[in-house]
Amino acid sequence: MDASNYLYISALLFTIGAVGVVVRRNAIVVFMCIELMLNAANLSFVTFSRINGDLNGQIMAFFTMVVAACEVVVGLAIIVTIYRSRRSASVDDASLLKR
Amino acid sequence: MLQLALEVGQTAKPEAVMFWILGPLAVVASLAMLLVKKAVHSAILMAFVMVILAIFYIAQDAAFLGIVQIVVYTGAVMMLFLFILMLVGVDSSDSLTETIRGLRPIAITAAVGFGGLMVSLLGQATIGRSAVGLSGANAEGNVQGIAKLLFSTYVWPFEVVSALLITAALGAMVLAHHQRTTTRPTQRQLSIDRFRGDSLGTAAGLPGPGVYARHNAVDVPALLPDGTPAAASINASLEARGDMLDYKKFELSEINTKVEEEK
Repeated sequence: MDASNYLYISALLFTIGAVGVVVRRNAIVVFMCIELMLNAANLSFVTFSRINGDLNGQIMAFFTMVVAACEVVVGLAIIVTIYRSRRSASVDDASLLKR
Repeated sequence: MLQLALEVGQTAKPEAVMFWILGPLAVVASLAMLLVKKAVHSAILMAFVMVILAIFYIAQDAAFLGIVQIVVYTGAVMMLFLFILMLVGVDSSDSLTETIRGLRPIAITAAVGFGGLMVSLLGQATIGRSAVGLSGANAEGNVQGIAKLLFSTYVWPFEVVSALLITAALGAMVLAHHQRTTTRPTQRQLSIDRFRGDSLGTAAGLPGPGVYARHNAVDVPALLPDGTPAAASINASLEARGDMLDYKKFELSEINTKVEEEK
């Protein structure tokens, strides 16, 4: 099987994640879609590592995972803080700067 | 299991079967993630996609990353997501109605364009080139190969990442820390507030849900003496989720309340 099939699926997952970030309103679901995009990028890294016969791609995917874990921790803390002050997890409600 | 997955990765045919079963499943699950209403369902579908990705990693001779993916993502990250979902609860932002007019068609058009561009680009870039495979790089084992790279070439980024992790943990603690600006109300103060408030309606506590003798469950509001439902008797999150039953079904007007005198 051609390894580039994984790249196609990675592109599809990335696109779906991007749509989710734009379309959904719940901050937590938006966040999950960002995670999906990061995972799609990781799949590309792993596939390229296999295509090139080189482990550097897997190292990059490993670092992406660590950074994604940090991002989740801080991002969810921000969501909780916003929820505490505004009683809502909707990304549309956080529009204080507009008015 | 792991050995089986590794064998799948090394032979062409079983890998193709696995790919054509799991690949569409991953795409469908991630699409469903956008389309389902409840955030908890999105989280479950997300975990499903991540497990499939872990299987893909293992099939592509990245056993270490596959295990890390399951431990870190489905284990830690998704649990964190679910935990925050429980904390934040459900509100109107779960609904799928679009608030910015025309956003959805634009987003879908842009996505189709972007996805088509990526796929055609990939088709141009990799056609006619076969994969080298990792059997050479993984000769001493995948974990050993990664460890060799991580602790030689990438040792400095590795250290920086540890600093990043500590910073993130501290940042989360600072953000989630909640300092009380007012003193905690005492039992006495709460009692005074209840009786000296605007109305005595809640002085004896909120009414319990359910209509005795007809439907005594938490998803049915209690009926007031005049037959109207008592909104305060239902948990607000049940109402937000739309899990409330129609109280009209249990209204007392349906049954004959006339008292007949026995002779």
